[in-house]
Amino acid sequence: MRYGAEIAWMSLATFLALLGAGFAADAPFRAHMWVLFAVLAIGTIVLLRNVSFEPEQPVDQSAYMDGPIRYGAIATVFWAVVGLLVGVVIALQLAFPDLNLEPWFNFGRMRPLHTSAVIFAFGGNALIATSFYVVQRTCRARLFGGNLAWYVFWGYQLFIVMAATGYLLGITQSREYAEPEWYIDLFLTVVWVAYLTVFLGTILKRKEPHIYVANWFYLSFIVTIAMLHVVNNLAVPASFVGSKSYSLFSGVQDALTQWWYGHNAVGFFLTAGFLGMMYYFIPKQVNRPVYSYRLSIIHFWSLIFMYIWAGPHHLHYTALPDWAQTLGMVFSIMLWMPSWGGMINGLMTLSGAWDKLRTDPIVRMMVTAVAFYGMATFEGPMMSIKAVNSLSHYTDWTIGHVHSGALGWNGLISFGAVYFMVPRLWNRERLYSVRMVNWHFWLATLGIVIYAASMWVSGIMQGLMWREYDEQGFLVYSFAESVAAMHPYYVMRAFGGALYLSGVVIMAWNIFMTIRGHQREEVPTTGTAPALQPAE
Amino acid sequence: METYTAMRHFADSWGLLGMTVFFVGVVLFTLRPGSKTHADAAARIPFEDDKP
Repeated sequence: MRYGAEIAWMSLATFLALLGAGFAADAPFRAHMWVLFAVLAIGTIVLLRNVSFEPEQPVDQSAYMDGPIRYGAIATVFWAVVGLLVGVVIALQLAFPDLNLEPWFNFGRMRPLHTSAVIFAFGGNALIATSFYVVQRTCRARLFGGNLAWYVFWGYQLFIVMAATGYLLGITQSREYAEPEWYIDLFLTVVWVAYLTVFLGTILKRKEPHIYVANWFYLSFIVTIAMLHVVNNLAVPASFVGSKSYSLFSGVQDALTQWWYGHNAVGFFLTAGFLGMMYYFIPKQVNRPVYSYRLSIIHFWSLIFMYIWAGPHHLHYTALPDWAQTLGMVFSIMLWMPSWGGMINGLMTLSGAWDKLRTDPIVRMMVTAVAFYGMATFEGPMMSIKAVNSLSHYTDWTIGHVHSGALGWNGLISFGAVYFMVPRLWNRERLYSVRMVNWHFWLATLGIVIYAASMWVSGIMQGLMWREYDEQGFLVYSFAESVAAMHPYYVMRAFGGALYLSGVVIMAWNIFMTIRGHQREEVPTTGTAPALQPAE
Repeated sequence: METYTAMRHFADSWGLLGMTVFFVGVVLFTLRPGSKTHADAAARIPFEDDKP
């Protein structure tokens, strides 16, 4: 490869980053541009050193393009370890405030680092890698756009690095799950349009006449995230060489835009995209078609039509008009139906193959993921009911809820997909160790249970303490007293998170050894047939 | 009429009707007689991939 155009563009971008550092309007922007300069300069040097003038091998246009998927699988595992490690650190910071290291590593900067690292870095890479894997194999077509898929992969990693370093430098636009400032948002928009082009182009040139349902889910995720990202980040920069911008909206409109984005990031990033995984990898791993294909289509359209209205439930009892709050609540409750329809569809795919739950830890992981999908989508609508929300809102119950969804549903289904893909992507006969998958499964499940249970107790306790009045109408507890009461649960939560992290570290080792081509000598999980005894 | 009011009126009249009709249409189309064979064939797509 000669990389002529790539090197020219990268050099230009490196130079622009240098100019940005030179003419910066504020110190955080200057530091951020030096980071960008360093990253791009290293990237350019790596490209230069990989230039080869040998005649290029013709690309086999009938073969699948798996290079970006292999990189994506590795990036998924890497960012999972990073994001969960930061999560354990901030859990410990809440339990032991002395761990806040000013200024870069205090809770306020580490918390968006954790949420973005697990949602966008780990979840996003899992989604991009699996969507490229699934769309090629269900359309029976090579990825569209040649090296554009590589641009999507590396562009997305650059977005992650810039977002993460920006948080630690204190650059934020203070919108939940959309903290990166205007210049990173613009760059992500370009990468996302490239992603849409690759995905949609592959669907358009498909050889299979029907578009398999997993691709519908992936496509809705890509299109909706594009729309949400653009509208939520409409902002005017204070300077074109500065790290500060002002939102186009103000007051309650701004809040509603933020939560229209925020809840649909859950609905389309963390639900629709991962349902795409469910509808491909569960049938493949249990070797059975999905239980009801027609139910999956109704699942899709119901989810699309209802999710988009649920955002206002984040703004109960605020300045948002009452009718909008009620609308958000009603649509959230209606979501019970498609969510449980989808869960039943995923679970019933195993009918006739339930024995695999005992013998195949990857199936067990995927099925547990779907069970957590069902539990989280039951709990969420319940918490969106105004009366329940008046107790649960702003408490740790919410934190417990999102973690049973994120760790249970998104985490486990992604791990299952990675365990499925990696041996196939590297042409390995099997994983390095299936028994280690079993260890991963139990550590993860135990971790989630400890995490969610301790947050339920601490959240409900917190909500009850806040609303406790004495007979004269005075609040019984000060805020600090409720914080002190939560300390034991914070320690338990950190322990649950550490268990989950240790499972992922085991996965990282397992995946590393699988890629290296090793196979661990172990007794198969399917067991050995008992020795036959002669009849007496 | 204010833009907000006009859009609000459109959303809770024709907009709502249009989306409801589309959604009901999708459900009816999915469950139409004879769709099961198509659906079962589509469900087998992940298994018809001959390449690794």
